[in-house]
Amino acid sequence: MTEVREEYFYSKEHDWVKIDGEFAYLGISDYAQDELGEIVYVDYVKDVGDEIKIGEDYASVESTKSTSEVFSLVSGEVVELNEAVEDDSEVINASPYDNGWIIKIKLSETVDTSQLLSASDYEDFLKTL
Amino acid sequence: MRYLPLTEKDRKEMMIKVAVNSVDSLFTSIPQNYHITNGIGLEEGLSESELLNKLENLSNKNKTFDNVDAFIGAGLYNHYIPVAVDHIISRSEFYTAYTPYQPEISQGTLQSIFEFQTLISQLFDMEITNASMYDGATSLVEAILMSKRVNRKNKALISSTVHPEYRETVATYFNQNDYTEISYNEDGVTDVDSLISQIDEDTTAVVIQYPNFFGNIEDLAKIRNILNENAPKALFIVVIAEALSMGLLTPPGTFGVDIVVGEGQSLGLSPSFGGPGIGLFSCKAKYLRKMPGRIAGETVDKDGEQSFVFTISTREQHIRREKATSNICSNHSLNAVVVAVYLSLMGKEGIKEIALSNFYNTQYAIKILSQFPSIFKVKYGKKVFNEFVIEFNDGIDVNLFYDKLFKEKNILLGLPLKKFYAQETKSLLLNFTEQVSTKSIDNFAKNIIEVIGEL
Amino acid sequence: MKTIAKQGLKFNEPLIFERSVVGKKGYSFKECLSNGSDPEDIFDDLFIRDEIKDFPEVSEVEVIRHFTRLSQLNYGLDSGFYPLGSCTMKYNPKVNEDIARFKGFNKIHPYFPEEFTQGALEVIFGLQEQLKKITGFEAVTLQPSAGAHAEFTGLKIIKAYHESNHDEKRKYIIIPDSAHGTNPASTTLAGFEVKNVKSGPDGYIEAETIAEIMDETIAGIMITNPNTLGVFEQDLDKIIKIVHSKGGLVYGDGANMNALMGKLKPAEIGFDVMHLNLHKTFSTPHGGGGPGAGPILVTQELKRFLPLPLVAKTEEGSFHIVKNAIGSIGRMKSFMGNFTVLVRAYSYILEMGERGLTQATEDAVLSANYIRESLKGHYHLPYEAESLHEVVFSDKNFKDLGVHTIDLAKRLIDYGLHPSTVYFPLIVSGAIMIEPTESESKEDIDYFIDVMKTIANEMKETPELLHNAPGISYRKRLDEVKAAKHPKLRWYKLDEETDE
Repeated sequence: MTEVREEYFYSKEHDWVKIDGEFAYLGISDYAQDELGEIVYVDYVKDVGDEIKIGEDYASVESTKSTSEVFSLVSGEVVELNEAVEDDSEVINASPYDNGWIIKIKLSETVDTSQLLSASDYEDFLKTL
Repeated sequence: MRYLPLTEKDRKEMMIKVAVNSVDSLFTSIPQNYHITNGIGLEEGLSESELLNKLENLSNKNKTFDNVDAFIGAGLYNHYIPVAVDHIISRSEFYTAYTPYQPEISQGTLQSIFEFQTLISQLFDMEITNASMYDGATSLVEAILMSKRVNRKNKALISSTVHPEYRETVATYFNQNDYTEISYNEDGVTDVDSLISQIDEDTTAVVIQYPNFFGNIEDLAKIRNILNENAPKALFIVVIAEALSMGLLTPPGTFGVDIVVGEGQSLGLSPSFGGPGIGLFSCKAKYLRKMPGRIAGETVDKDGEQSFVFTISTREQHIRREKATSNICSNHSLNAVVVAVYLSLMGKEGIKEIALSNFYNTQYAIKILSQFPSIFKVKYGKKVFNEFVIEFNDGIDVNLFYDKLFKEKNILLGLPLKKFYAQETKSLLLNFTEQVSTKSIDNFAKNIIEVIGEL
Repeated sequence: MKTIAKQGLKFNEPLIFERSVVGKKGYSFKECLSNGSDPEDIFDDLFIRDEIKDFPEVSEVEVIRHFTRLSQLNYGLDSGFYPLGSCTMKYNPKVNEDIARFKGFNKIHPYFPEEFTQGALEVIFGLQEQLKKITGFEAVTLQPSAGAHAEFTGLKIIKAYHESNHDEKRKYIIIPDSAHGTNPASTTLAGFEVKNVKSGPDGYIEAETIAEIMDETIAGIMITNPNTLGVFEQDLDKIIKIVHSKGGLVYGDGANMNALMGKLKPAEIGFDVMHLNLHKTFSTPHGGGGPGAGPILVTQELKRFLPLPLVAKTEEGSFHIVKNAIGSIGRMKSFMGNFTVLVRAYSYILEMGERGLTQATEDAVLSANYIRESLKGHYHLPYEAESLHEVVFSDKNFKDLGVHTIDLAKRLIDYGLHPSTVYFPLIVSGAIMIEPTESESKEDIDYFIDVMKTIANEMKETPELLHNAPGISYRKRLDEVKAAKHPKLRWYKLDEETDE
């Protein structure tokens, strides 16, 4: 069974965001990592210090079968790339919601969560797939 | 028809299975008004002997390097090809195989490509090389596209001493605002002052050919420094149009070049009226994920045996579709095998010897051709590998001289540079490979005297 | 049933570098002596190379043995049945290989004066004429190196056409979801944006779908016909009219022209631009991934945009190279295209002739339909539409048995066959795409059918045979994750192996 985390927000592209004060962590959902298969590399297109806007891509996630762009659900400034992911991207498969976060952003505006899927919305959405 | 194994009896049986009573019934999904009624309009087929006759006659209409003294290179070279190369490449396990997407039964192609990648990396002194591209020109286009992906800048600066047809190809692929040509100076090399003045914030790459189109050796060390100081984010792309020069010259990798692209025709392929050649593409390992094309990598199979497979295939368009980093779907695989066989035969010593022999012949030609100061001069001096430019003195009808030489003496005096450089009305680009003998150079000189006497 | 496959003697062949021994030579040429000028006298030391580090030193015998052994690890079309749908692996006639090796076609330079190369120019001109007849188009360039290169060329022509009409709004190209992955990739590279459309429930592009999105921002549509399901687009006529009526152009991906040769001419039914893959339709060897050639054909209206150079015939009957033309999109690559590939295609068409080419089309379509009828009770046919030259099954019947399409593909190897195309087109779940071409005998096709039926039973009874397949090939399934995660892309001498 694919896991959906309660306190996170999601998109239909299977991105998630966790808001932590003035910061946000972003990653891909358990469903997405399962669909992609073993992840072999994460190619960051944003670096620490870069500005990022809602909907912009910040990395592509490669498995042996496919590559997917991942998109930001918030706006702000990139403050950290996950070193663990850079070292061994498989951490996303093992722990998509915790150790496998991909990027950390310092928010430049309050997040309008009404534009995002809540955990239960996302669960309903997964059922339609 | 000998290529069609089905017999009439087979066809009938198969039609019964398919439940149609005529061949036409197989094509009913094509609307009736689309069907052609009076055939294709081709002749009826030829027998094998008729075909061989016809094509042999056509091929005999061409004059070849064997029956003309043609001192011409300019990006395609008449080098000796060891007989063994064609014996290997004629093995149909190589030439009738598909792209090795089923690695269990394609290790021959994959291992050969892995060896090719190693050989070219060594030849250029670069970290990694892909499985090849179409030719030198398209490799250059891919290199510029790649530098845009790496630094997200737009403008490429391309020396006008890069092969003109490569630059024409770049012009087809990019908008005019996306590249600028850098002029050359009176020494026939890239004008570095002009290069420095053109560099700006938006410079994505600087492209230099080595040896350049005129045969001259560009100072890669100096240009590397210029980039370090003025455009640290721009990629340094070096074009190698004559790969055999690497047997003699310090390779671009030694100068810290970011991408090396080139044409590999010199490494075992005949000129063949221009193709197919093979595009070479090497770069620093840190750019791997931005690199175009296919690449073979080493791994193991289920039993732990060393094996090879196309990898990082996520860059390929069948997966990435419109997000693909390049639209190229094939390489010139078979020619990569040719290059691997050729370089294996030549080896460490052979490549050096053959390069030296090009160099010696060319130096000899320069010496001999320097004896006609009243007619032409060697324009840029002796610092060349196997090509150089001669410039005719004012008052001599170059066209007439050129035509008379090939019409009466069967000598092709290189390439008139005005074909590509409007201002170079009196210059010719000459090439002397290991296939030329000192005797033919002497004979060439004798004929020059004769023809000039008749002008 | 009795399998034709048998394990044989194969060698664990080391890398050529591991065969290297100092002092061995694989070459012979006359020593060339210095004539007074040595490199040291001419060049600054900085530019003189010392030696090529770790380059191999091997005798000719060992080089030949090495590559002969490697060749034996390959499965070529000459080894056996190669039912790769969409890739069209047809027989490569041997006479064409000999002809392509004639000295008169190889020891020639494109910068020779035209009077030196009349034979070569006549071949190019001859092939141009043949292809125009076969497709009905008015003009052609043979320059592109491959299908994808040709797609880019064709799209640039479409772009040039709209620009010449000062019609700058057109920034989209419509591409159906069944298209080859190169279509969208080429579109992006040519400076257009992709507008994806879904195929209808029967596998066709539906005219209504196109009508809904077709407007003045659309530059054109790319259609593969027959499409990648091997099915003739039923709404083609309407679609072409809709696109034309709004000022768009229709690009034909001619990857599947081998199903139509002698039956219809694409230009006559309204296509504006089309590419051909010479290895698919005209028997040039695939070469393990190239070199190929991808001619682009266009209507009279688009002729002036073709890339250069082209070959034309003078009134006196001689041939010449056209180097300049107003309107041309420019040059696609260096020199004259992949000439010796063109020689093979020219020679193939000459030998096949009118009747041979038509018969090839008919046999290819008959064989595909024969396979379809023979296997449709055993494998799930996702689309009922009539097949032409290829047939696509899905994984529906065996997905629930824990067997994947890839397992079926690998199991075919155990029976001495090349796998079919799998997982393409993307619109079919676990697609199995079979294209026998006209080159297979009925005996070989029947063997393939028997094998496919046997495997269908194995899926139920002995699925482990599929999971462990291939069992008798030189290599078992490869660890592709290892290859991608720890890329090892070249050989390094052991004692100095660097960490990539």
